Amino acid sequence: MTEIRVPTLGESVTEATVATWFKSPGDTIAMDEMLCELETDKVTVEVPATAEGVLSEIIAKEGDTVGLDAVLAIISEEGGQNPKGIKVEEKINTPSEEPSDKPTTPADIEHAPSAKKLMKENDIDASSISGTGRDGRVMKEDVQANLNAPSTESKSPNQSQSNIPGSKVNPVDEEEQQQERIKMTRLRQTIAKRLKEAQNTAAMLTTYNEVDMSSVMEIRNKYKVDFEKKHSVKLGFMSFFVKACCHALYEVPEVNAQIEGDELVFNKFVNMGVAVGTPTGLVVPILKHAEKMDFAKVEKSISALGQKARDGKLSMADMQGGTFTISNGGVYGSLMSSPILNYPQSGILGMHKIQERPIAIKGEVVIKPMMYLALSYDHRIVDGKGAVTFLVRVKDALEDPHRLLMDI
Amino acid sequence: MADYDVIIIGTGPGGYVCAIRCAQLGLKTACVEGRATLGGTCLNVGCIPSKALLHSSELFHESNHNFNKMGIEVKNQTINWGKMLAYKDDIVFQNTKGIEFLFKKNKIDLIKGWGKIQSSGKVIVESKTYQCNSIIIATGSEPSSLDHLKVDEKKIVTSTGALVLNKIPEKLTIVGAGVIGLELGSVYARLGSEVTVIEYLDEITPGLDMETAKAFRKILAKQGIKFILGAAVKNATKSGSKQIVDYQLIKSKTNERLETDVVLVATGRKPFTEGLNLSGAGIELNHYGQIKTDENLQTNIKGIYAIGDVISGPMLAHKAEDEGIAIAEMLAGQAGHVNYDLIPGVIYTSPEVASVGKTEEQLKEEKRAYKVGKFSFIGNGRAKAAIATDGYAKILADANTDRVLGGHIIGPSAGDLIHEICVAMEFGASAEDIARTCHAHPTFSEAVKEAALACGNGPIHS
Repeated sequence: MTEIRVPTLGESVTEATVATWFKSPGDTIAMDEMLCELETDKVTVEVPATAEGVLSEIIAKEGDTVGLDAVLAIISEEGGQNPKGIKVEEKINTPSEEPSDKPTTPADIEHAPSAKKLMKENDIDASSISGTGRDGRVMKEDVQANLNAPSTESKSPNQSQSNIPGSKVNPVDEEEQQQERIKMTRLRQTIAKRLKEAQNTAAMLTTYNEVDMSSVMEIRNKYKVDFEKKHSVKLGFMSFFVKACCHALYEVPEVNAQIEGDELVFNKFVNMGVAVGTPTGLVVPILKHAEKMDFAKVEKSISALGQKARDGKLSMADMQGGTFTISNGGVYGSLMSSPILNYPQSGILGMHKIQERPIAIKGEVVIKPMMYLALSYDHRIVDGKGAVTFLVRVKDALEDPHRLLMDI
Repeated sequence: MADYDVIIIGTGPGGYVCAIRCAQLGLKTACVEGRATLGGTCLNVGCIPSKALLHSSELFHESNHNFNKMGIEVKNQTINWGKMLAYKDDIVFQNTKGIEFLFKKNKIDLIKGWGKIQSSGKVIVESKTYQCNSIIIATGSEPSSLDHLKVDEKKIVTSTGALVLNKIPEKLTIVGAGVIGLELGSVYARLGSEVTVIEYLDEITPGLDMETAKAFRKILAKQGIKFILGAAVKNATKSGSKQIVDYQLIKSKTNERLETDVVLVATGRKPFTEGLNLSGAGIELNHYGQIKTDENLQTNIKGIYAIGDVISGPMLAHKAEDEGIAIAEMLAGQAGHVNYDLIPGVIYTSPEVASVGKTEEQLKEEKRAYKVGKFSFIGNGRAKAAIATDGYAKILADANTDRVLGGHIIGPSAGDLIHEICVAMEFGASAEDIARTCHAHPTFSEAVKEAALACGNGPIHS
């Protein structure tokens, strides 16, 4: 009998939600076969079988929250060899008894009386809360934390109605029936938490500029065939922006810095987060050491990470350690927006839609493919001059990409 | 429209606590009380007055037996019985006034008179009808005497009369070796009475952990209380100023008799429901005469609830209080709950006896593998200093998981010490958890820790 447990989920991740079971009890399982998928704050993790046999029991159901090392399922070695020549009766008993034994003897623990009351009132099952008390006991604060979490499940209808005889049915109930309540995914909860954390902590403001994309488009058109032939990847706009940002960050290092306690941490490298939309929400995989990458490397890395993100296969390592982020609202048609920082980073560049607009150049009105740029920054670290300088450097590099070559 | 959200009948510890919690949770609350003072049996003729006499008699006993050892030389200390009773009455007065104050503070209406339930939502007090959403019956219990013993509350008394005897009897005979009989018995024994306890069963304090009951009986016997066990009291008759008690030893069927000044009948208590009009309102009783309630403390009639001594379960003030709080919370739309497995029982003798959870007998019957950790107060420094080394702390724990299953303590302040075990058990703690919790030195509580250690690698001081 083998217990399938929650694998290591990466730093600072302590719990996950069981998203999907690929196997059902009774299924024959091969070694390393994928059993289920766990959704964490940041990524989706597949759990492989660590033994072969028959899936005898699923302990954590879909939607359950599980802590590190929690038992997800039990695989029994049915039909396995019997090396010690144990008597036949025992061999028969083993697979049937042990799995049925295990779940019927839950840990001999008692949750805190106050927690029990609170769980009863809110119709919460103790198994859905990870207890912080000794031996995993659910304490009052655990239930409170669960209730305060942004994911609160739809409250039990009993709760709004008091038991007092004669109390009236709440008129709001009718409207509630026309609402649909869906539990927030872990990813959505984390996005919500992070965004508010950024807003609550940083002194955030945004500076804007616009960039004439003619040169970038010209270069791209000129080299895209050769580029793709040589590097097997399309030459997109992102590589220009990543390179332009690395260039500007070198000049304005505080945009690539962060606050830790009462210290400023300046990063001598650029781990560039590139926001990618996925069906379940926005994720930000990291281009590690983007400052060392050439155009082809940037495009290849983005392409690979994007694919992983859409497949829900990003690993923790793919997501951690970013120092600056680029968010491209333009792919959805946004003309102008103020991005929110990816805290604790101190800067995020917002790219937008390229739109042909009349602009004045040397006293003449000409039509140019223009894009608004936005830099949201943490004013605690970056002052106005730095922020504006950064954005102007990005603009200059994009309008005249030769500057990147010349390093000016 | 209803006059009140809740009307509670009875202001004993169940009723008054329930009323206060109801009021705190925003329910318009009234309490009905027929007695002149609030507080029910507990405050008027139970826990509180008996504790006053237990305390004063204990100090008298200390002054006679231990003061001299400690170098306090007191000469000719005597008892002013009248003054002792006045002190007791004053304590009762203070406590009952305290509840009046709490009622005012929480804006609870007091309806004076004996309550009668007309139907769900209707209570009649002194021919006035009060409407409410919920009725809670908290009318408690009264002493149940034996049919053949004619209680006059002068010479043949219940616990109520025993608290107001006009003088300390030379000889006191107690029928029934339960908590009440033994507490009052030790009061009078310490005040100089020759106390004899006659019990029908073969051991005192039925239901108590057997080893603890035996040890407790030996300690009481050492203090001068005589026990006649396995004996049925047949009769008590007046002979001049004396009482003649006839009893039969059950095993040998021999008839015996003894002469005594006062007989205390302490053979238990029965639910007090007189005048409530239960049958008229259609409220069902069980065959013990207790009001039947469901898991939400509701009677068979919707909107009528009952708590405390009138329903099943131990007849203890704190059980009634917890039920009162649970029902108040349920009426306010919360989840109320009483953990009936963890209601501590305390006998306020000296030394005190306290227990919670399972006894060894119960665990044996359940065939549960358990271990015993025991530590005598003789090894406790604080108890030695207090010349109070009788007794022990005993913890019963699951043999495999080490989870605490029961606690039984005889010793100084046992009634206070037991709560550490109660809290541990509420959290499903192991004996090791108690042992690993730092206990201050020197305290009586260390005996509990040592008993927990005895469930593991062994106590330190034995």
